[in-house]
Amino acid sequence: MKSIRFSRRRLVTISLAGVMTGLLAPLQRNARGSDFPGYTESKGVLVDLTRCVGCRTCEAACNLENQLPAPERPFNDMSIFNEQSDHLRRPDDKAFTVVNRYDSGSSVSPVYRKIQCNHCQEPACLTSCFVNAYTITAEGAVLYNHQVCVGCRTCMIACPFSVPAFCYSSAFSPQIMKCNFCYPTRLVQGRPPACVEACPRDALTFGERAELLRIARQRIKRNKGRYINYIYGENEAGGTSWLYIAGVPFNEVGFDEDIPKQPIINYVKDFLAIVPMVLTIWPGLFAGIHLLVKRRATAIDNDPKLAESDHDKTAA
Amino acid sequence: MTKPPHDSVSSAAFSGEPGRIARFVSGKILMAKSPKQYLTLVFSNPFNWLLAVVLAIGIPLLIQRYATGLGSVTHGSQDYPWGLLLGFGLFGMVPLSASGFLLSTAVEIFGRHDLKPIERLALLNGLLGYFFAVVYLLVDLGMPWRLTYPMFVSFGPAAVLFLVAWHVATYLSVQIGEMIPAFAEWIGWDRGKKFIKRITLGLTIAGIILSTLHQGALGALFCYAPGKIHPLWISPEFQWIHFFCSSIYAGLCMVIVVSTLVAFFLRLRCDENFKNSLDRITITLSRGAAYAMVTYLVIKLVALAHDQEWGYLLTGWGGYYVSEMVIGVILPLVLLTYGSRHHLIPMLRIGSLLAVLGILWNRLNTVILCYNWKLHQEIPHFKEVWLVLTILAIYIITYRFILYRLPVLFTWKESDRSNNPAR
Ligand code: SF4
Ligand code: SF4
Repeated sequence: MKSIRFSRRRLVTISLAGVMTGLLAPLQRNARGSDFPGYTESKGVLVDLTRCVGCRTCEAACNLENQLPAPERPFNDMSIFNEQSDHLRRPDDKAFTVVNRYDSGSSVSPVYRKIQCNHCQEPACLTSCFVNAYTITAEGAVLYNHQVCVGCRTCMIACPFSVPAFCYSSAFSPQIMKCNFCYPTRLVQGRPPACVEACPRDALTFGERAELLRIARQRIKRNKGRYINYIYGENEAGGTSWLYIAGVPFNEVGFDEDIPKQPIINYVKDFLAIVPMVLTIWPGLFAGIHLLVKRRATAIDNDPKLAESDHDKTAA
Repeated sequence: MTKPPHDSVSSAAFSGEPGRIARFVSGKILMAKSPKQYLTLVFSNPFNWLLAVVLAIGIPLLIQRYATGLGSVTHGSQDYPWGLLLGFGLFGMVPLSASGFLLSTAVEIFGRHDLKPIERLALLNGLLGYFFAVVYLLVDLGMPWRLTYPMFVSFGPAAVLFLVAWHVATYLSVQIGEMIPAFAEWIGWDRGKKFIKRITLGLTIAGIILSTLHQGALGALFCYAPGKIHPLWISPEFQWIHFFCSSIYAGLCMVIVVSTLVAFFLRLRCDENFKNSLDRITITLSRGAAYAMVTYLVIKLVALAHDQEWGYLLTGWGGYYVSEMVIGVILPLVLLTYGSRHHLIPMLRIGSLLAVLGILWNRLNTVILCYNWKLHQEIPHFKEVWLVLTILAIYIITYRFILYRLPVLFTWKESDRSNNPAR
């Protein structure tokens, strides 16, 4: 009997310990839920694919602004568009932005598309990072801090647009490289990003996100037939600061149309919700089972009729 | 031969007296052989030559990786940020190492003392598996020296990986605690053993909690990429249950596989108790694994129905998915069920091996093959493959080193202390 009372006390202790650890469960601080309307002063860029001529000026401007390494081939070398087969160029550790050419079935002339970080309103990269290396500013810029990054590359897995790139070639300070919305050099002073300013065709428009959505709708409405009636980025992954309108279906120019229309973190919430439950319920549950099993074993041991039972007393 | 005197071994392990350390090394580490005898023994085994070749090429590769960056030994792919090192080393090793918590739960919580003879092997398998998963991680992380940042420097508590990091770290310490009795018997440290005995229940329950959560969390990590992984391999609501449930039979089958290897190649280190009960234990473990497999299959079906993915089954990916299910789960299930009913031990062992391979296959599919399925495929760089083999070789060497010395496969008798059983 003594041992059982002891176990009971232990059961309480263990359950209490469970509750305590439960309190340490993941705080859902960053998990902001889909009802978050976005910051009001949130900035953005509207990319009009019908205006882009593939001059790569934005690529050059970005390279200069962010002091990135010189490209292997100069930015005015347009032959780069011809060599892409199934491996289209993407932003990598040497370029925050790239322009690709697509031969869309719905258009006689080729269509160009600029790729960079879309600065999600609820960034998957940010929510997936276990050392909090990402922050989002009031302007909507998603920034990365290399000082705490461990190099696990989960953000690369998480980003639905496959934007973050890793410096695999560096042994001692490999970091994630991605477009920073020119926040440190320009946005913080209210100036538009370098790529936007450099564009000679006005294909990129900088402004408040809400205003850009209005402009996009207007352009689609005023120029009947010129645009597909869709603003890419309005809802993708919970909404992005960079928005796109185009004259051809988006999937013909490399946009992923299967990207969820809700924040990526929503898919992880199911799991995050069970964590505190397991932490609090498991200890009591298994301690209880242990107690039951032990009590039954003791009862069997003490039963003279079962003295010959094959119960393994030595191991107990 | 210098044999350690009867009761000075414990102090020999800790005191700085050179003579005693030498005696500890020759008596315990070299198993009462002279260094020369020991080396002759090591190289008389052809398997060791194979390991030596793997290491001879692998160690320079490892140096290359740390000196010139990850990109020099992998494809350095921006599209496939996680490759074989994590796909095999972390996502594969961890479920196969669920054995520790499963067997300690069975023995300590459910009172299945009939499984006691294999408990320590399962615990050791768990401890080493987790330890080496961390080693793989250290090879793959961009900045391995920052491994403890999520614990001490910068916190992202809402991230699934944060939970994995904390839980794997804590669970590793729990498992070290659970292995202390074996270690304490070996060096003769009675107080350590008694202390752990008092907190066994607490350790076991901590093990269950931590295992449920981080086994599941490894699955939940992929919920961050719902649009990138082929729908048949990702189901946000069920992913963590899939990973947790499959880790149960993975852990049990891994114990069967390891105990088979041990029974064939380390027979001299197994005592009668272990050898005599192994068949019975294999049957019991197989039954448990079969239950877990049925549960796993049911949840897989539920996920298919819930996400309305039947259409995908008719595509090429569907065929691949079905073959993974049939070869990796259903066939082993049949073998385990039939074998445990008719007491066919070889069949159980083959079934377990198949299940273990099936788990690895499933994890590699999720991490590499079916990830970015709409993009191009990537075959791992041969140097990355070799690195994986290198760490695996070190894992095997460590595993064997411990099995030869610590009382894992045999029950410690006091007489063993002065007279370490020779090989
Ligand atoms: S596009 Fe990718 S990298 Fe940019 S904010 Fe969104 S999730 Fe992060
Ligand atoms: S916003 Fe700045 S960092 Fe981003 S693509 Fe444009 S120029 Fe480059």
